[in-house]
Amino acid sequence: MIYLDNHATTPPDPRVLAAMRPFWERCFANPASVEHALGREAEAAVEQARAAVAALIGAEPAEIVFTSGATESNNLAIKGAARFAAAQGSERRRIVTLATEHKCVLESVRDLRHEGFEPVVLPVTADGLLDPAVLAEALAVPTLLVSVMAVNNEIGVVQDLPAIAAAAKAAGALVHCDAAQAGGRVALDVRQLPLDLISLSAHKMYGPKGVGALYVRRRPRVRLLPLFSGGGQERGLRSGTLPAPLLVGFGEAARLAAAEGRLDEGRAAQQRARFLARLSAAVPGLRENAARAPRIAANLSITFPEGADAQAIMAAAPGLCVSTGSACSSASVEPSYVLRALGLPEGEARATLRIGIGRFTSPRDIDTAADLLAEAWRRTVSATVDKVSAE
Amino acid sequence: MGGLYLDANATEPLRPEARAAAIAAMELCGNPASVHAAGRAARRVLEAARRQIAARFGAEPGGVVFTSGGTEANALAIAGLSAGRRVLVGATEHPAVLAAAPGAERLPVLADGTLDLAALRRALDGPPALVCLMAANNETGVLHPLDQAAALCRAAGALLHVDAVQAAGRVPVSLAALGADSLALSGHKLGGPKGAGALLLAPGRDVPALIAGGGQERGRRGGTEALPAIAGMGAAAEAAEPAAAARLAALRDRIAEGVARIAPDARFPGEGALRLPNTLSVLLPGVAAETQVIALDLAGVQVSAGAACSSGKVAASAVLAAMGFGAAAGSAIRVSLPWNAPEDAPERFLAAWAEMRARALRAAA
Repeated sequence: MIYLDNHATTPPDPRVLAAMRPFWERCFANPASVEHALGREAEAAVEQARAAVAALIGAEPAEIVFTSGATESNNLAIKGAARFAAAQGSERRRIVTLATEHKCVLESVRDLRHEGFEPVVLPVTADGLLDPAVLAEALAVPTLLVSVMAVNNEIGVVQDLPAIAAAAKAAGALVHCDAAQAGGRVALDVRQLPLDLISLSAHKMYGPKGVGALYVRRRPRVRLLPLFSGGGQERGLRSGTLPAPLLVGFGEAARLAAAEGRLDEGRAAQQRARFLARLSAAVPGLRENAARAPRIAANLSITFPEGADAQAIMAAAPGLCVSTGSACSSASVEPSYVLRALGLPEGEARATLRIGIGRFTSPRDIDTAADLLAEAWRRTVSATVDKVSAE
Repeated sequence: MGGLYLDANATEPLRPEARAAAIAAMELCGNPASVHAAGRAARRVLEAARRQIAARFGAEPGGVVFTSGGTEANALAIAGLSAGRRVLVGATEHPAVLAAAPGAERLPVLADGTLDLAALRRALDGPPALVCLMAANNETGVLHPLDQAAALCRAAGALLHVDAVQAAGRVPVSLAALGADSLALSGHKLGGPKGAGALLLAPGRDVPALIAGGGQERGRRGGTEALPAIAGMGAAAEAAEPAAAARLAALRDRIAEGVARIAPDARFPGEGALRLPNTLSVLLPGVAAETQVIALDLAGVQVSAGAACSSGKVAASAVLAAMGFGAAAGSAIRVSLPWNAPEDAPERFLAAWAEMRARALRAAA
């Protein structure tokens, strides 16, 4: 089996597994049990992980709130910032985001309508980028929060965060960035970028599923209301026992992403070019989406020529794991709303596959995957032709 | 280190079955939402755990909502089921439940820590209510008379949410048998990994998501599921056998007998009630709980002064205060035996405890 769906989730790095192992075996205590030695050992491990995650984005450890994943981080950032501002009597109600954001961002923003906020979902260009003029127009109305992802999960486009953050800050808005797909791949340093809130996910960077983080800027201090309360862990922003083994894995994954993320991208760029050349040679008319936009190398969004059906191509290549879009929407029969937002007609959106190259993808995987897809495409197209001629 | 871990109610040691399941799930690379082979393999693990949890605790698989833990499961239930209802909570509930329903009316407990059923009956007389009760208390192990409480709730048209975080795996727990509307579980308190819990919903009950997006868990909880923790939770649920309770209860009783022999003035809050087999609250009059816990820690014995949550600071137990212990509530420690407690735990605990007490008495003299 060849796995080229590294935007849905990544296989754990063996070094992550090794770092976690002692915490499955021996050190099991509750990190909040600081009354005893075992609890303090677990607490120290959690704090070490916190420092590693903070270092990945140039933050201080105290600015990292651990969560169950990027979806929770996005919910906490968006709902938490909006609810806190409203509770403080802020007049600002507008929350701005993009049509190509992850579902959980769009749903969080839209849910806030019921609480008296004003969701504004901005269109993107055909390359998936936010037009600065469109943002400026939206910011003409006093805005509470702008939420823009760093790297799109379907098309790999990298938004111009420095410009977006500067414009939002100039308008007095808070800026949240869903960086689930960006960790280690693009430079995200909070000492340079005026982002207030950043969501991270461990399992998108070769760490375990079930943990993520929200960066919450301390200077100037950004305040949130929690999504739910309880024992008051994570300074009251996120109650619940901290999952020490998973967090240790997250810390190691963040350390590796900081050290090797750019190397991974360099290798992915070569593999991506090799894959595209090989597949394009076999599939005339194959098109790459958002080809001209700044993008991460690990992602490739390709549209097969007219009449192709991406689902059928996937089904015809069962040994290959790729996807038609976000994993969350995998079972959906609707074509990707991200591709539709780029202006792709429904037929082309249905003929599009997402390829995610990972740290453990080999050159041979790339060649085999291109051959499998080309063969699958040929079979599905000829099946369609046979069907049409039989009718 | 040769320590003695008696703080199972803060977290249970990981069971070997849970460890094996978690490590195996860690090595899978698929997202359970993906339709390809890797995704389907991940989904099989997820759904197997869901069936294990459902079967073990009297729910339908479709009624199991995986969360990040017990706190989130309680919050999800209370936020969802309280719409248009008054909320009534037991006075000795866990902070997660009290915080999830800040305006709730508190139901008093009797001196033994069990719910005052007469007070519940009176409180139910009024507009529709959601009643939140723990199956077992985290500090004293006291079991509420849930069957009777559930019958009262049904008769009054009230919904019942049960926080079964401490009871699950230690005494029989079944959503269906109780006739409750929802039930919260924590993976790590079953001996599974930290990072997973579940809300069990009775057929026909539903809750809107607190964490939106992605459509996972039938739209009740967004986010890629914490597969290793969930797989471990499923395995732990199967391995946690309430029948093993007799062994733990015998160890606990030997500790209580020993303490009573050493210190006739010691008390055991909740001892008159039905309790978890593994839990003993030990009150040593005149000695602050913090002092006791620190001294025992130095002797290699890990216990706690109450709930292990945020602070590390030791406040007088609100649970014992609600039971009427007054100032003495600040002098109790919680001894909670893990599933793998050694047979000599009572002797080792008692030796450390006796020395701690002697030193405290000398210091006070």
